[in-house]
Amino acid sequence: MITKEEIKNLASLARIELDNSEVESLTKEVDSILAYVGQIQEVSAGVDREIPKNRNIMRDDVVTNEPGQYTSDILTNTPVKTGEYVSVKKIL
Amino acid sequence: MIDLKNLTIKKAHEAMKNGDFTAVDLTKSYLDIIKQKNSELNVYLEVFEKDALKQAEDADKRFKDGSAVEMTGIPIALKDNILYQGHISSSASRILENHVAPYDSTVVKKLKEAGAVILGRVNMDEFAMGVSTENSAFGVTKNPYDTSRVPGGSSGGSTTAVAMDGTLVALGSDTGGSCRQPAAFCGVVGFKPTYGSVSRHGLMAMGSSLDIIGPIAKTVSDAEVVFNTIKGKDDMDSTSISSDFYPKKSVSKMVIGIPREFLNIGVDERILTNFNDSVEKLKSLGYEIIDIDLPYVKYTVPVYYIISPAEVSSNLARFDGVKYGLHIDGGSNLLSDYLKTRGVGLGREVKRRIILGTYVLSSGYHDAYYNKATVVRDLITKDYTKAFEKVDVILTPTTTGPAFKIGEKVSDPIKMYLEDIFTGPANIVGLPAISVPSGFVKEDGVDLPVGIQFMAPHGREDLLFEVGKKFKGE
Repeated sequence: MITKEEIKNLASLARIELDNSEVESLTKEVDSILAYVGQIQEVSAGVDREIPKNRNIMRDDVVTNEPGQYTSDILTNTPVKTGEYVSVKKIL
Repeated sequence: MIDLKNLTIKKAHEAMKNGDFTAVDLTKSYLDIIKQKNSELNVYLEVFEKDALKQAEDADKRFKDGSAVEMTGIPIALKDNILYQGHISSSASRILENHVAPYDSTVVKKLKEAGAVILGRVNMDEFAMGVSTENSAFGVTKNPYDTSRVPGGSSGGSTTAVAMDGTLVALGSDTGGSCRQPAAFCGVVGFKPTYGSVSRHGLMAMGSSLDIIGPIAKTVSDAEVVFNTIKGKDDMDSTSISSDFYPKKSVSKMVIGIPREFLNIGVDERILTNFNDSVEKLKSLGYEIIDIDLPYVKYTVPVYYIISPAEVSSNLARFDGVKYGLHIDGGSNLLSDYLKTRGVGLGREVKRRIILGTYVLSSGYHDAYYNKATVVRDLITKDYTKAFEKVDVILTPTTTGPAFKIGEKVSDPIKMYLEDIFTGPANIVGLPAISVPSGFVKEDGVDLPVGIQFMAPHGREDLLFEVGKKFKGE
Protein backbone atom coordinates (compact mmCIF):
# COMPACT_ATOMS: atom_id res chain seq x y z
CA MET A 1 0.00 0.00 0.00
CA ILE A 2 1.53 3.27 -1.10
CA THR A 3 0.99 6.08 1.38
CA LYS A 4 0.26 9.78 0.96
CA GLU A 5 3.69 10.49 2.40
CA GLU A 6 5.34 8.39 -0.29
CA ILE A 7 3.35 10.18 -2.98
CA LYS A 8 4.38 13.55 -1.57
CA ASN A 9 8.00 12.39 -1.52
CA LEU A 10 7.82 11.17 -5.12
CA ALA A 11 6.25 14.45 -6.21
CA SER A 12 9.04 16.32 -4.51
CA LEU A 13 11.66 14.17 -6.27
CA ALA A 14 9.90 14.81 -9.57
CA ARG A 15 9.75 18.53 -8.80
CA ILE A 16 5.97 18.66 -9.11
CA GLU A 17 3.78 20.59 -6.67
CA LEU A 18 0.57 18.75 -5.85
CA ASP A 19 -2.39 20.11 -3.92
CA ASN A 20 -4.12 18.02 -1.25
CA SER A 21 -6.85 16.68 -3.51
CA GLU A 22 -4.23 15.64 -6.06
CA VAL A 23 -2.27 13.82 -3.37
CA GLU A 24 -5.49 12.04 -2.29
CA SER A 25 -6.48 10.89 -5.75
CA LEU A 26 -2.95 10.03 -6.84
CA THR A 27 -2.41 7.90 -3.76
CA LYS A 28 -5.45 5.78 -4.64
CA GLU A 29 -4.68 5.63 -8.36
CA VAL A 30 -0.96 4.89 -8.08
CA ASP A 31 -1.69 2.25 -5.47
CA SER A 32 -4.11 0.39 -7.73
CA ILE A 33 -1.82 0.76 -10.75
CA LEU A 34 1.14 -0.63 -8.80
CA ALA A 35 -0.99 -3.56 -7.66
CA TYR A 36 -1.93 -4.19 -11.28
CA VAL A 37 1.55 -3.92 -12.80
CA GLY A 38 2.99 -5.86 -9.87
CA GLN A 39 1.65 -9.06 -11.45
CA ILE A 40 4.96 -9.34 -13.29
CA GLN A 41 6.35 -10.58 -9.98
CA GLU A 42 4.67 -13.91 -10.70
CA VAL A 43 7.05 -14.45 -13.64
CA SER A 44 9.78 -16.66 -12.31
CA ALA A 45 11.56 -17.34 -15.61
CA GLY A 46 14.86 -15.69 -16.10
CA VAL A 47 16.35 -14.85 -19.43
CA ASP A 48 19.89 -14.56 -20.73
CA ARG A 49 20.10 -10.83 -21.29
CA GLU A 50 21.61 -10.10 -24.68
CA ILE A 51 22.54 -6.74 -26.12
CA PRO A 52 19.88 -6.14 -28.80
CA LYS A 53 20.91 -5.71 -32.43
CA ASN A 54 19.66 -2.11 -32.39
CA ARG A 55 21.29 -0.43 -29.45
CA ASN A 56 21.89 3.12 -28.42
CA ILE A 57 25.27 4.48 -29.44
CA MET A 58 26.94 7.62 -28.19
CA ARG A 59 28.94 10.11 -30.17
CA ASP A 60 32.06 11.84 -28.88
CA ASP A 61 31.32 14.66 -26.51
CA VAL A 62 32.67 17.41 -28.76
CA VAL A 63 31.24 20.70 -29.92
CA THR A 64 29.73 20.35 -33.37
CA ASN A 65 28.42 23.85 -34.02
CA GLU A 66 29.86 27.28 -34.62
CA PRO A 67 29.88 29.61 -31.59
CA GLY A 68 26.52 31.39 -31.37
CA GLN A 69 25.11 29.43 -34.31
CA TYR A 70 21.85 28.49 -32.57
CA THR A 71 21.80 31.03 -29.74
CA SER A 72 19.10 33.37 -30.99
CA ASP A 73 16.86 30.49 -32.18
CA ILE A 74 17.06 28.87 -28.78
CA LEU A 75 16.60 32.09 -26.83
CA THR A 76 13.30 32.91 -28.58
CA ASN A 77 11.65 30.39 -26.26
CA THR A 78 13.57 31.23 -23.11
CA PRO A 79 11.21 32.69 -20.48
CA VAL A 80 13.74 34.66 -18.45
CA LYS A 81 16.95 35.77 -20.03
CA THR A 82 19.72 38.31 -19.58
CA GLY A 83 21.40 39.19 -22.84
CA GLU A 84 22.51 35.90 -24.32
CA TYR A 85 22.21 34.04 -21.03
CA VAL A 86 19.39 31.95 -19.67
CA SER A 87 18.59 33.41 -16.25
CA VAL A 88 17.83 31.35 -13.16
CA LYS A 89 17.45 32.21 -9.50
CA LYS A 90 20.42 31.78 -7.24
CA ILE A 91 21.15 28.22 -6.21
CA LEU A 92 22.54 28.27 -2.72
CA MET B 1 -15.07 20.02 -56.81
CA ILE B 2 -12.26 17.62 -56.04
CA ASP B 3 -13.53 14.25 -54.80
CA LEU B 4 -11.63 14.24 -51.52
CA LYS B 5 -13.53 11.23 -50.17
CA ASN B 6 -12.02 8.84 -52.72
CA LEU B 7 -8.72 10.62 -53.23
CA THR B 8 -5.41 8.82 -52.87
CA ILE B 9 -1.83 10.05 -53.21
CA LYS B 10 -1.55 8.32 -56.60
CA LYS B 11 -4.79 9.86 -57.92
CA ALA B 12 -3.83 13.30 -56.62
CA HIS B 13 -0.37 13.03 -58.17
CA GLU B 14 -1.79 12.00 -61.57
CA ALA B 15 -4.39 14.77 -61.42
CA MET B 16 -1.80 17.42 -60.64
CA LYS B 17 0.54 16.05 -63.29
CA ASN B 18 -2.25 16.16 -65.89
CA GLY B 19 -3.42 19.57 -64.78
CA ASP B 20 -6.87 18.37 -63.65
CA PHE B 21 -6.33 20.50 -60.57
CA THR B 22 -3.40 22.32 -59.03
CA ALA B 23 -1.71 21.76 -55.68
CA VAL B 24 -3.14 25.11 -54.63
CA ASP B 25 -6.65 23.88 -55.57
CA LEU B 26 -6.10 20.74 -53.52
CA THR B 27 -4.78 22.58 -50.48
CA LYS B 28 -7.64 25.09 -50.65
CA SER B 29 -10.15 22.21 -50.73
CA TYR B 30 -8.76 20.81 -47.49
CA LEU B 31 -8.57 24.24 -45.91
CA ASP B 32 -12.28 24.67 -46.69
CA ILE B 33 -13.19 21.37 -45.03
CA ILE B 34 -11.14 22.35 -41.99
CA LYS B 35 -13.02 25.66 -41.78
CA GLN B 36 -16.33 23.76 -41.94
CA LYS B 37 -15.61 20.96 -39.50
CA ASN B 38 -12.86 22.01 -37.14
CA SER B 39 -14.85 23.92 -34.55
CA GLU B 40 -17.17 20.94 -34.05
CA LEU B 41 -14.53 18.20 -34.02
CA ASN B 42 -11.60 20.16 -32.47
CA VAL B 43 -8.93 18.54 -34.64
CA TYR B 44 -6.47 21.24 -35.71
CA LEU B 45 -4.87 23.21 -32.90
CA GLU B 46 -3.47 25.52 -35.56
CA VAL B 47 -3.78 25.71 -39.33
CA PHE B 48 -0.71 26.95 -41.19
CA GLU B 49 -2.74 28.45 -44.02
CA LYS B 50 -0.22 30.97 -45.35
CA ASP B 51 2.74 28.60 -45.30
CA ALA B 52 0.67 25.75 -46.73
CA LEU B 53 -0.48 27.82 -49.69
CA LYS B 54 3.13 28.90 -50.32
CA GLN B 55 4.23 25.24 -50.23
CA ALA B 56 1.39 24.40 -52.62
CA GLU B 57 2.54 27.14 -55.03
CA ASP B 58 6.07 25.73 -54.90
CA ALA B 59 4.65 22.27 -55.55
CA ASP B 60 2.84 23.55 -58.65
CA LYS B 61 6.17 24.89 -59.93
CA ARG B 62 7.67 21.42 -59.52
CA PHE B 63 4.87 19.84 -61.52
CA LYS B 64 5.59 22.36 -64.26
CA ASP B 65 9.34 21.77 -64.32
CA GLY B 66 9.00 17.98 -63.99
CA SER B 67 10.72 17.62 -60.61
CA ALA B 68 7.58 16.58 -58.70
CA VAL B 69 7.78 13.34 -56.72
CA GLU B 70 5.03 11.22 -55.14
CA MET B 71 4.53 13.44 -52.09
CA THR B 72 4.81 16.77 -53.94
CA GLY B 73 1.74 18.91 -53.33
CA ILE B 74 0.24 16.30 -51.00
CA PRO B 75 -1.39 17.85 -47.92
CA ILE B 76 -0.30 16.37 -44.60
CA ALA B 77 -1.13 17.18 -40.96
CA LEU B 78 1.43 16.92 -38.15
CA LYS B 79 0.78 15.59 -34.68
CA ASP B 80 1.51 18.42 -32.25
CA ASN B 81 4.62 16.68 -30.86
CA ILE B 82 6.55 16.84 -34.15
CA LEU B 83 8.78 19.89 -34.49
CA TYR B 84 8.25 22.19 -37.48
CA GLN B 85 10.68 25.11 -37.43
CA GLY B 86 9.16 28.50 -36.76
CA HIS B 87 5.80 27.00 -35.78
CA ILE B 88 4.34 26.22 -32.39
CA SER B 89 4.74 22.59 -31.24
CA SER B 90 3.10 22.08 -27.86
CA SER B 91 2.46 18.33 -27.44
CA ALA B 92 -1.05 19.52 -26.48
CA SER B 93 0.36 20.72 -23.16
CA ARG B 94 0.03 24.03 -21.30
CA ILE B 95 3.70 23.79 -20.42
CA LEU B 96 4.57 24.26 -24.12
CA GLU B 97 1.53 26.24 -25.21
CA ASN B 98 3.54 28.94 -26.98
CA HIS B 99 6.71 27.01 -27.65
CA VAL B 100 8.05 27.70 -31.15
CA ALA B 101 10.10 24.89 -32.67
CA PRO B 102 13.68 26.13 -33.21
CA TYR B 103 14.42 23.42 -35.76
CA ASP B 104 12.74 20.97 -38.10
CA SER B 105 12.33 17.37 -37.12
CA THR B 106 13.97 15.02 -39.59
CA VAL B 107 10.57 13.85 -40.87
CA VAL B 108 9.52 17.44 -41.59
CA LYS B 109 12.83 18.03 -43.37
CA LYS B 110 12.13 15.04 -45.58
CA LEU B 111 8.54 16.11 -46.23
CA LYS B 112 9.74 19.60 -47.21
CA GLU B 113 12.33 18.10 -49.57
CA ALA B 114 9.58 16.08 -51.21
CA GLY B 115 7.45 19.20 -51.57
CA ALA B 116 4.59 18.13 -49.33
CA VAL B 117 2.13 20.70 -48.00
CA ILE B 118 1.99 20.92 -44.20
CA LEU B 119 -1.55 22.00 -43.35
CA GLY B 120 -1.25 22.36 -39.60
CA ARG B 121 -0.71 20.76 -36.21
CA VAL B 122 -3.36 18.43 -34.85
CA ASN B 123 -4.61 17.52 -31.40
CA MET B 124 -3.33 14.66 -29.26
CA ASP B 125 -3.26 13.39 -25.70
CA GLU B 126 -0.82 15.55 -23.76
CA PHE B 127 2.75 14.36 -24.36
CA ALA B 128 1.27 11.36 -26.19
CA MET B 129 -0.03 9.82 -22.97
CA GLY B 130 -3.50 8.48 -23.48
CA VAL B 131 -5.84 6.40 -25.59
CA SER B 132 -8.62 8.90 -26.22
CA THR B 133 -7.24 12.42 -26.81
CA GLU B 134 -9.18 13.37 -23.65
CA ASN B 135 -5.87 14.22 -21.99
CA SER B 136 -5.20 17.15 -24.34
CA ALA B 137 -4.88 20.47 -22.53
CA PHE B 138 -6.91 21.96 -25.40
CA GLY B 139 -10.05 19.86 -25.31
CA VAL B 140 -10.92 16.44 -26.66
CA THR B 141 -11.20 15.73 -30.37
CA LYS B 142 -14.52 14.18 -31.35
CA ASN B 143 -14.89 10.96 -33.31
CA PRO B 144 -16.20 11.90 -36.77
CA TYR B 145 -18.51 8.84 -36.83
CA ASP B 146 -20.16 9.72 -33.52
CA THR B 147 -19.28 13.01 -31.88
CA SER B 148 -20.23 11.74 -28.43
CA ARG B 149 -17.31 9.32 -28.69
CA VAL B 150 -13.56 9.56 -28.55
CA PRO B 151 -11.41 9.22 -31.68
CA GLY B 152 -8.89 7.19 -29.71
CA GLY B 153 -5.40 8.35 -28.85
CA SER B 154 -2.91 9.59 -28.50
CA SER B 155 -2.93 10.49 -32.23
CA GLY B 156 -6.69 11.18 -32.22
CA GLY B 157 -6.27 14.48 -34.05
CA SER B 158 -4.25 12.82 -36.83
CA THR B 159 -6.76 10.03 -37.44
CA THR B 160 -9.80 12.34 -37.25
CA ALA B 161 -8.16 14.80 -39.66
CA VAL B 162 -7.81 12.04 -42.25
CA ALA B 163 -11.24 10.51 -41.57
CA MET B 164 -13.02 13.87 -41.89
CA ASP B 165 -11.20 14.73 -45.15
CA GLY B 166 -9.37 17.53 -43.37
CA THR B 167 -6.12 16.23 -44.89
CA LEU B 168 -5.13 13.43 -47.23
CA VAL B 169 -2.54 11.96 -44.88
CA ALA B 170 -1.15 12.72 -41.44
CA LEU B 171 1.74 11.87 -39.16
CA GLY B 172 1.10 10.43 -35.75
CA SER B 173 3.43 8.93 -33.17
CA ASP B 174 3.18 5.49 -31.64
CA THR B 175 4.60 4.48 -28.26
CA GLY B 176 2.05 1.89 -27.09
CA GLY B 177 -0.44 1.93 -29.96
CA SER B 178 -1.06 5.62 -30.53
CA CYS B 179 -1.18 5.44 -34.34
CA ARG B 180 -3.06 2.18 -34.56
CA GLN B 181 -5.80 2.34 -31.92
CA PRO B 182 -7.17 5.74 -33.02
CA ALA B 183 -6.90 4.59 -36.65
CA ALA B 184 -9.17 1.65 -35.79
CA PHE B 185 -11.65 3.94 -34.01
CA CYS B 186 -11.71 6.36 -36.97
CA GLY B 187 -11.82 3.83 -39.79
CA VAL B 188 -8.44 4.70 -41.30
CA VAL B 189 -5.04 3.03 -41.69
CA GLY B 190 -2.54 3.53 -38.87
CA PHE B 191 0.99 2.29 -39.43
CA LYS B 192 3.72 1.71 -36.86
CA PRO B 193 7.13 1.25 -38.49
CA THR B 194 9.95 -0.88 -37.06
CA TYR B 195 11.56 0.91 -34.11
CA GLY B 196 14.41 3.00 -35.46
CA SER B 197 13.32 2.97 -39.10
CA VAL B 198 11.96 6.53 -38.87
CA SER B 199 14.08 9.13 -37.10
CA ARG B 200 12.94 10.38 -33.70
CA HIS B 201 14.94 13.60 -34.12
CA GLY B 202 12.43 16.38 -33.54
CA LEU B 203 9.77 14.10 -32.08
CA MET B 204 9.21 15.14 -28.48
CA ALA B 205 10.35 12.13 -26.52
CA MET B 206 7.91 10.15 -24.41
CA GLY B 207 9.42 6.67 -24.11
CA SER B 208 12.69 6.64 -25.96
CA SER B 209 12.91 2.85 -26.35
CA LEU B 210 9.30 2.72 -27.55
CA ASP B 211 8.58 5.86 -29.62
CA ILE B 212 8.23 6.00 -33.39
CA ILE B 213 6.54 8.34 -35.87
CA GLY B 214 4.00 6.67 -38.15
CA PRO B 215 1.76 7.59 -41.08
CA ILE B 216 -2.05 7.81 -40.94
CA ALA B 217 -3.88 7.46 -44.26
CA LYS B 218 -7.06 6.18 -45.86
CA THR B 219 -5.30 3.45 -47.78
CA VAL B 220 -2.41 1.08 -47.14
CA SER B 221 -0.76 2.31 -50.34
CA ASP B 222 -0.83 5.90 -49.09
CA ALA B 223 0.65 4.86 -45.74
CA GLU B 224 3.42 3.14 -47.69
CA VAL B 225 4.21 6.28 -49.72
CA VAL B 226 4.44 8.40 -46.59
CA PHE B 227 6.59 5.79 -44.85
CA ASN B 228 9.00 5.63 -47.79
CA THR B 229 9.29 9.42 -47.68
CA ILE B 230 10.02 9.74 -43.97
CA LYS B 231 12.09 6.62 -43.29
CA GLY B 232 15.87 6.38 -43.17
CA LYS B 233 18.95 6.23 -40.98
CA ASP B 234 19.64 9.59 -39.39
CA ASP B 235 22.86 10.72 -37.67
CA MET B 236 20.72 12.83 -35.36
CA ASP B 237 18.94 9.76 -33.91
CA SER B 238 21.31 7.32 -32.26
CA THR B 239 18.87 4.41 -32.49
CA SER B 240 17.88 4.93 -36.12
CA ILE B 241 18.52 2.21 -38.69
CA SER B 242 18.56 1.76 -42.44
CA SER B 243 16.10 -0.51 -44.31
CA ASP B 244 18.63 -3.30 -44.64
CA PHE B 245 19.57 -3.41 -40.95
CA TYR B 246 17.53 -6.53 -40.24
CA PRO B 247 17.98 -9.66 -42.39
CA LYS B 248 14.96 -10.52 -44.53
CA LYS B 249 14.13 -14.19 -44.95
CA SER B 250 12.40 -14.95 -48.23
CA VAL B 251 8.66 -15.57 -48.02
CA SER B 252 7.05 -17.50 -50.85
CA LYS B 253 3.60 -18.13 -49.42
CA MET B 254 2.71 -15.89 -46.47
CA VAL B 255 1.53 -17.71 -43.35
CA ILE B 256 -0.57 -15.79 -40.84
CA GLY B 257 -0.49 -16.68 -37.15
CA ILE B 258 -3.27 -15.98 -34.68
CA PRO B 259 -2.60 -16.11 -30.93
CA ARG B 260 -6.01 -17.64 -30.16
CA GLU B 261 -5.54 -17.77 -26.39
CA PHE B 262 -4.66 -14.09 -26.31
CA LEU B 263 -8.09 -13.28 -27.75
CA ASN B 264 -9.79 -14.64 -24.63
CA ILE B 265 -8.94 -11.60 -22.56
CA GLY B 266 -12.33 -9.94 -22.72
CA VAL B 267 -12.83 -8.81 -26.29
CA ASP B 268 -16.24 -7.44 -27.28
CA GLU B 269 -18.31 -10.14 -29.05
CA ARG B 270 -18.87 -7.88 -32.05
CA ILE B 271 -15.13 -7.38 -32.44
CA LEU B 272 -14.58 -11.15 -32.35
CA THR B 273 -17.26 -11.66 -35.01
CA ASN B 274 -15.68 -8.99 -37.19
CA PHE B 275 -12.24 -10.51 -36.58
CA ASN B 276 -13.39 -14.00 -37.53
CA ASP B 277 -15.02 -12.61 -40.68
CA SER B 278 -11.69 -10.97 -41.52
CA VAL B 279 -9.91 -14.29 -41.00
CA GLU B 280 -12.33 -15.98 -43.42
CA LYS B 281 -11.68 -13.23 -45.95
CA LEU B 282 -7.93 -13.78 -45.65
CA LYS B 283 -8.42 -17.53 -46.10
CA SER B 284 -10.43 -16.86 -49.26
CA LEU B 285 -7.56 -14.68 -50.48
CA GLY B 286 -5.33 -17.73 -50.23
CA TYR B 287 -3.49 -17.18 -46.94
CA GLU B 288 -2.67 -20.07 -44.66
CA ILE B 289 -3.80 -19.34 -41.10
CA ILE B 290 -2.41 -21.21 -38.10
CA ASP B 291 -2.68 -20.87 -34.35
CA ILE B 292 0.34 -19.70 -32.40
CA ASP B 293 1.17 -19.33 -28.77
CA LEU B 294 2.59 -16.23 -27.10
CA PRO B 295 2.86 -17.26 -23.44
CA TYR B 296 4.20 -14.01 -22.02
CA VAL B 297 2.22 -11.54 -24.11
CA LYS B 298 -0.44 -11.33 -21.39
CA TYR B 299 2.08 -9.27 -19.41
CA THR B 300 2.19 -6.61 -22.15
CA VAL B 301 0.21 -3.95 -20.30
CA PRO B 302 1.98 -4.32 -16.92
CA VAL B 303 5.38 -4.32 -18.65
CA TYR B 304 4.45 -1.29 -20.74
CA TYR B 305 3.08 0.61 -17.75
CA ILE B 306 6.31 0.12 -15.84
CA ILE B 307 8.80 0.83 -18.61
CA SER B 308 7.03 3.72 -20.29
CA PRO B 309 6.33 5.78 -17.14
CA ALA B 310 9.95 5.17 -16.12
CA GLU B 311 11.17 6.61 -19.42
CA VAL B 312 8.56 9.38 -19.23
CA SER B 313 9.74 10.47 -15.78
CA SER B 314 13.21 10.88 -17.20
CA ASN B 315 12.24 12.49 -20.52
CA LEU B 316 9.89 15.06 -19.03
CA ALA B 317 12.40 16.28 -16.47
CA ARG B 318 13.51 18.78 -19.10
CA PHE B 319 10.28 20.78 -18.69
CA ASP B 320 11.42 22.98 -15.85
CA GLY B 321 10.40 26.44 -17.03
CA VAL B 322 14.01 27.52 -17.47
CA LYS B 323 15.05 26.90 -21.07
CA TYR B 324 11.65 27.07 -22.81
CA GLY B 325 7.97 26.79 -22.16
CA LEU B 326 5.78 27.95 -19.33
CA HIS B 327 7.58 29.64 -16.45
CA ILE B 328 5.82 30.33 -13.19
CA ASP B 329 7.58 32.35 -10.57
CA GLY B 330 7.23 30.23 -7.44
CA GLY B 331 8.65 32.69 -4.96
CA SER B 332 12.03 33.00 -3.42
CA ASN B 333 13.98 30.13 -4.88
CA LEU B 334 14.61 28.05 -7.96
CA LEU B 335 13.09 24.90 -6.48
CA SER B 336 9.75 26.62 -5.98
CA ASP B 337 9.83 27.76 -9.63
CA TYR B 338 10.22 24.12 -10.70
CA LEU B 339 7.49 22.87 -8.38
CA LYS B 340 4.95 25.49 -9.43
CA THR B 341 5.75 25.46 -13.14
CA ARG B 342 5.45 21.70 -13.42
CA GLY B 343 2.51 21.54 -11.02
CA VAL B 344 0.51 23.98 -13.12
CA GLY B 345 1.83 23.23 -16.59
CA LEU B 346 1.56 19.46 -16.64
CA GLY B 347 -1.79 17.67 -16.89
CA ARG B 348 -3.24 15.02 -14.64
CA GLU B 349 -2.29 11.92 -16.62
CA VAL B 350 1.21 13.24 -17.23
CA LYS B 351 1.74 13.84 -13.52
CA ARG B 352 0.37 10.38 -12.74
CA ARG B 353 2.87 8.71 -15.06
CA ILE B 354 5.80 10.78 -13.85
CA ILE B 355 4.99 9.80 -10.25
CA LEU B 356 4.62 6.16 -11.27
CA GLY B 357 7.88 6.26 -13.21
CA THR B 358 9.74 7.93 -10.37
CA TYR B 359 8.53 5.16 -8.04
CA VAL B 360 9.49 2.21 -10.25
CA LEU B 361 12.96 3.65 -10.73
CA SER B 362 13.57 4.59 -7.12
CA SER B 363 16.01 2.85 -4.88
CA GLY B 364 14.40 -0.14 -3.20
CA TYR B 365 11.84 -0.62 -5.95
CA HIS B 366 13.64 -0.58 -9.28
CA ASP B 367 14.69 -4.18 -9.00
CA ALA B 368 11.18 -5.45 -8.39
CA TYR B 369 9.55 -3.26 -10.99
CA TYR B 370 11.79 -1.75 -13.68
CA ASN B 371 14.46 -4.46 -13.83
CA LYS B 372 11.84 -7.20 -13.67
CA ALA B 373 9.85 -5.49 -16.43
CA THR B 374 12.89 -5.44 -18.70
CA VAL B 375 13.34 -9.19 -18.15
CA VAL B 376 9.68 -9.84 -19.02
CA ARG B 377 10.14 -7.54 -22.02
CA ASP B 378 12.88 -9.88 -23.24
CA LEU B 379 10.63 -12.90 -22.63
CA ILE B 380 7.85 -11.32 -24.72
CA THR B 381 10.42 -10.56 -27.43
CA LYS B 382 11.51 -14.19 -27.44
CA ASP B 383 7.86 -15.31 -27.78
CA TYR B 384 7.61 -13.32 -31.01
CA THR B 385 10.97 -14.48 -32.33
CA LYS B 386 9.83 -18.08 -31.81
CA ALA B 387 6.43 -17.44 -33.40
CA PHE B 388 8.01 -15.84 -36.47
CA GLU B 389 9.89 -19.07 -37.12
CA LYS B 390 6.53 -20.65 -37.98
CA VAL B 391 4.56 -17.68 -39.36
CA ASP B 392 5.29 -14.54 -41.40
CA VAL B 393 2.76 -12.15 -39.89
CA ILE B 394 0.67 -12.24 -36.74
CA LEU B 395 -2.98 -11.11 -36.71
CA THR B 396 -5.15 -9.80 -33.87
CA PRO B 397 -7.95 -7.28 -33.55
CA THR B 398 -6.51 -3.78 -33.06
CA THR B 399 -8.76 -3.01 -30.08
CA THR B 400 -11.04 -4.85 -27.66
CA GLY B 401 -14.03 -2.72 -28.60
CA PRO B 402 -15.19 0.18 -30.78
CA ALA B 403 -14.74 3.84 -29.85
CA PHE B 404 -16.00 4.46 -26.32
CA LYS B 405 -17.96 7.47 -25.11
CA ILE B 406 -16.19 10.64 -24.05
CA GLY B 407 -15.82 10.47 -20.27
CA GLU B 408 -16.54 6.75 -20.09
CA LYS B 409 -13.06 5.61 -19.00
CA VAL B 410 -11.57 8.82 -17.64
CA SER B 411 -11.91 7.90 -13.98
CA ASP B 412 -10.38 4.44 -14.36
CA PRO B 413 -6.71 4.56 -15.42
CA ILE B 414 -6.35 0.78 -15.62
CA LYS B 415 -9.37 0.51 -17.97
CA MET B 416 -7.65 3.08 -20.19
CA TYR B 417 -4.33 1.24 -20.01
CA LEU B 418 -5.97 -2.03 -21.12
CA GLU B 419 -6.75 -0.33 -24.45
CA ASP B 420 -3.12 -1.03 -25.33
CA ILE B 421 -3.33 -4.78 -24.94
CA PHE B 422 -3.13 -5.69 -28.63
CA THR B 423 -1.01 -2.79 -29.76
CA GLY B 424 1.54 -2.69 -26.92
CA PRO B 425 3.65 -5.70 -27.96
CA ALA B 426 4.81 -4.03 -31.18
CA ASN B 427 6.37 -1.20 -29.16
CA ILE B 428 7.78 -3.44 -26.45
CA VAL B 429 9.50 -5.64 -29.05
CA GLY B 430 10.10 -2.95 -31.70
CA LEU B 431 8.15 -4.73 -34.43
CA PRO B 432 6.30 -3.06 -37.32
CA ALA B 433 2.50 -3.25 -37.18
CA ILE B 434 -0.45 -1.90 -39.14
CA SER B 435 -4.10 -1.38 -38.27
CA VAL B 436 -6.37 -1.76 -41.27
CA PRO B 437 -10.09 -0.90 -41.25
CA SER B 438 -12.06 -4.17 -41.20
CA GLY B 439 -15.65 -2.96 -41.11
CA PHE B 440 -18.13 -1.60 -38.63
CA VAL B 441 -20.02 -2.65 -35.52
CA LYS B 442 -23.35 -1.19 -34.55
CA GLU B 443 -23.78 0.68 -31.29
CA ASP B 444 -26.79 2.84 -30.37
CA GLY B 445 -27.85 2.71 -34.00
CA VAL B 446 -24.54 4.13 -35.22
CA ASP B 447 -21.96 2.27 -37.33
CA LEU B 448 -18.60 2.49 -35.57
CA PRO B 449 -15.38 1.53 -37.38
CA VAL B 450 -13.15 -1.28 -36.15
CA GLY B 451 -9.77 -2.54 -37.30
CA ILE B 452 -7.53 -5.58 -37.46
CA GLN B 453 -3.82 -5.48 -36.79
CA PHE B 454 -1.03 -7.27 -38.62
CA MET B 455 2.43 -7.51 -37.05
CA ALA B 456 5.62 -8.57 -38.83
CA PRO B 457 9.23 -9.29 -37.86
CA HIS B 458 11.71 -6.43 -37.51
CA GLY B 459 12.23 -4.65 -40.82
CA ARG B 460 9.40 -6.47 -42.62
CA GLU B 461 7.15 -3.51 -43.42
CA ASP B 462 6.97 -5.02 -46.90
CA LEU B 463 4.94 -7.97 -45.59
CA LEU B 464 2.50 -5.64 -43.86
CA PHE B 465 1.97 -3.50 -46.94
CA GLU B 466 1.50 -6.63 -49.04
CA VAL B 467 -1.12 -8.30 -46.87
CA GLY B 468 -2.79 -4.99 -46.00
CA LYS B 469 -3.25 -4.08 -49.65
CA LYS B 470 -4.53 -7.55 -50.50
CA PHE B 471 -7.02 -7.45 -47.61
CA LYS B 472 -8.32 -4.03 -48.68
CA GLY B 473 -8.42 -4.97 -52.33
CA GLU B 474 -6.02 -2.16 -53.30
